[in-house]
Amino acid sequence: MKAFAELYRKLDETTSTNAKIEALTGYLRAAPPGDAAWAVHFLIGRRPKRLLESRKLAEWAMAEADVPEWLFADCYHAVGDFAETIALLLPASPSASDAAGRPADPAADLPLQYWVESRLLPLAQSDDATRRARLIAAWREMDEAQRFVWNKLITGEFRVGVSQNLVVRAIAALSGLSAGTVSHRLMGDWQPSAAFWRQLEAPEVAEADISRPYPFFLAYPLEGDVEELGDPAGWQVEWKWDGIRAQLIRRQSSVFLWSRGEELMTGRFPELEAMAALLPDGTAIDGELLPWKDGAPLPFAQMQRRIGRKALGARILADVPVALMAFDLLELGGQDVRERPLEWRRAQLEALAPRSAALALSPVVEAASWEGLRAVRGESRARKVEGFMLKRRGSPYRVGRRRGDWWKWKIDPYSVDAVLIYAQPGSGRRASLFTDYTFGIWEQGKLVPFAKAYSGLSDEEIRAVDEFVRRNTIQTFGPVHAVKPELVFELAFEGIQLSSRHRSGIAVRFPRMARWRHDKRAEEADSMDTIRALLGRRES
Amino acid sequence: MALLELGPHGLYCAAGDFYIDPWRPVGRAVITHAHADRAQAGSRGYLTAASGVALLREWLGAEAAVEALPYGQPLTIGGARVSLHPAGHILGSAQVRIEQGGEVWVVSGDYRTAPDPASEPFEPLLCQAFVTEASFGLPIFRWPPEDEALDSVQAWWRANCEAGRSSVLFAQPLGMAQRLLTTLDGSIGPIHAHPEIERFNRHYRAQGISLAGLAPEADGRPALVLAPPSAQGDSWMRRWDQASTAMASGWMRIRGPRRRRALDRGFVLSSHADWPALLAVIDATRAETVWVMHRQPAPLVRWLVEHGRTAVAVEAQYGEDEA
Repeated sequence: MKAFAELYRKLDETTSTNAKIEALTGYLRAAPPGDAAWAVHFLIGRRPKRLLESRKLAEWAMAEADVPEWLFADCYHAVGDFAETIALLLPASPSASDAAGRPADPAADLPLQYWVESRLLPLAQSDDATRRARLIAAWREMDEAQRFVWNKLITGEFRVGVSQNLVVRAIAALSGLSAGTVSHRLMGDWQPSAAFWRQLEAPEVAEADISRPYPFFLAYPLEGDVEELGDPAGWQVEWKWDGIRAQLIRRQSSVFLWSRGEELMTGRFPELEAMAALLPDGTAIDGELLPWKDGAPLPFAQMQRRIGRKALGARILADVPVALMAFDLLELGGQDVRERPLEWRRAQLEALAPRSAALALSPVVEAASWEGLRAVRGESRARKVEGFMLKRRGSPYRVGRRRGDWWKWKIDPYSVDAVLIYAQPGSGRRASLFTDYTFGIWEQGKLVPFAKAYSGLSDEEIRAVDEFVRRNTIQTFGPVHAVKPELVFELAFEGIQLSSRHRSGIAVRFPRMARWRHDKRAEEADSMDTIRALLGRRES
Repeated sequence: MALLELGPHGLYCAAGDFYIDPWRPVGRAVITHAHADRAQAGSRGYLTAASGVALLREWLGAEAAVEALPYGQPLTIGGARVSLHPAGHILGSAQVRIEQGGEVWVVSGDYRTAPDPASEPFEPLLCQAFVTEASFGLPIFRWPPEDEALDSVQAWWRANCEAGRSSVLFAQPLGMAQRLLTTLDGSIGPIHAHPEIERFNRHYRAQGISLAGLAPEADGRPALVLAPPSAQGDSWMRRWDQASTAMASGWMRIRGPRRRRALDRGFVLSSHADWPALLAVIDATRAETVWVMHRQPAPLVRWLVEHGRTAVAVEAQYGEDEA
């Protein structure tokens, strides 16, 4: 675990991509396979289910450090990081250092795999007294750097300024595999283990896991004028649907439905499974899941209603039927066809699409000029779509978020996905509920407060957020509750400008919550880079 | 009876009609140490520890009336007996001991108890009332052993040399920079110091403190460059823009300040007492009353009160130093 803590330090201390890749390859090369698998698991943002509440962790740390609650709060205020505050406050451990405070024998170092599997995960099933004893025992066996990383793992805040892309590049450099292969192998529902790591860096052979999806190709928002893209004839234009991005796979007579967050959604959409059974084996389709009725989308809130249900009754299935708006084909006859040109994939998709109410083909919008397209784009709101997707003709299906071949040309207002970080009670009839929120976006691995918003949620959603705030408060500053950064909301706003009065350096006009992004994790929220791009767009 | 009061210009001793580290020009000013925020020009007369006079003149100029008082030697000012005692913060830094009619007050100024070859060792004093600093008055501030931190500085520098790049180390130019220069190993590579640091070095050398030799001109070899934090991004630094950057300061104990400055490394080295040292020093004074003087004195005051002491917050108007 010392090596893993050291890796965290190195990644945390540099902003250089090369230095990060060097640190990653250095660690992964030297680590036992089981440690390497867990390290990758955490580094790409996967995490165990919540092991215990931050409040309890703080309570036990305060007792162990003999620090009263008010002083812990003052310290947290100075440090700005929960896991770090605890690591800095815990007394120097007797076993981690000798009498002069120097680190003890490195033989005391145990593998990451041991710490995670034998010490961390079992916390989930224990009662509080056992957890407390185990946690304190663990702290006492670690030095400060390890405690810090351990606390991050426990609180689910493990995040260290490396993108999945960087981890993929490091593994590719280490194994000699292509980045695409590594990305693909990291998809899906794998368990970290020595065997997984060996498989991950093994030479290319037929893939064993029949459920494994392909990495999604994600579009960038269009930054300049659309005219800069050149001749519109070079672009395939589709509507940008407002649903859940999904990949439907049929292999060996089984069906798998994956969300972009790599969540297996099979079983929640029975109408899709019936449709998918009509597909030939060895097929993977990319598309958008939509609440779809009588040939048109329903408001996305309807979808949320349906996702929120544990049991799907006949009533909700009839009220909110779902369809896959298919727009790309990634696998055909068991072959990966992502390198084929866009038009070829589209033609094959059209040829194999079964006639079913649960499958629609994303229509291609024809227009001779950008001016013409601009006019059609004006219908977006009426059509309940978010604007256009622009896809370069002849392009392959790429991996991850890339500039160049796919652009989203959204209609205004501006919007970003931000994370709920503070909440406070409203006034008047909302006084007993947490209804006033502050949202953060990412900047160098941290969430900076970006905008406040009060409106846009339904009463039902407000109650759900209120409940979340009550259960996930990390700290209070008077009426303001700092909450665990977990919930992601799409914020819409009308204007954006630089401001020296705001901590983020940005002020937005009329921010409001456009929707609750249940499908996004906090680390998938937008960063200041997105904002800077929006600013650039405003100036151009 | 209170020997000191907080006036509009700073800590004032009525019995001797003098101020300690006033933030405005006054008649007579006793100066604990030669950091710029303590050394306001314009007072009619100054008193400071003998080894700190030359440093103080760096701010006040040659014309200022600066009186030198050797450590431990009492001086009668009006109705008060005043003496200065080493505070271990920087060369010539002093605690001010004031005695009148059997009552003893001590004003610590900034202090550090760990040994430092570049300053006189801290002297514990007994008093009825103790006015303490609290730059690092939170329990998260706990310094690792100093030799360990200094070893990591040298290891970082050596690794950079091997990788063919220079190392820029930001440090408080008066105090921490010299602390580093007493220890840095010139055999690893050439050492350069920013003019803002060299300006103080000569006074250290003049008092027989041995500092590492500085290379006169950059010769293209990977070097260690000592610079004040304010120099980050200035023109003198431009020639080192490919270097690895680090800072030596107590603030490096937390990640935020290092990350905000986009530094590669942070070394926890400070010219101030950490939390355990603050508490130990306060205890050792056996003071009945403790005044905590800082921009944000609240946590230490509350801690002391909860532990049965009489403690008062005194909001100082000094700048936050980088050490």
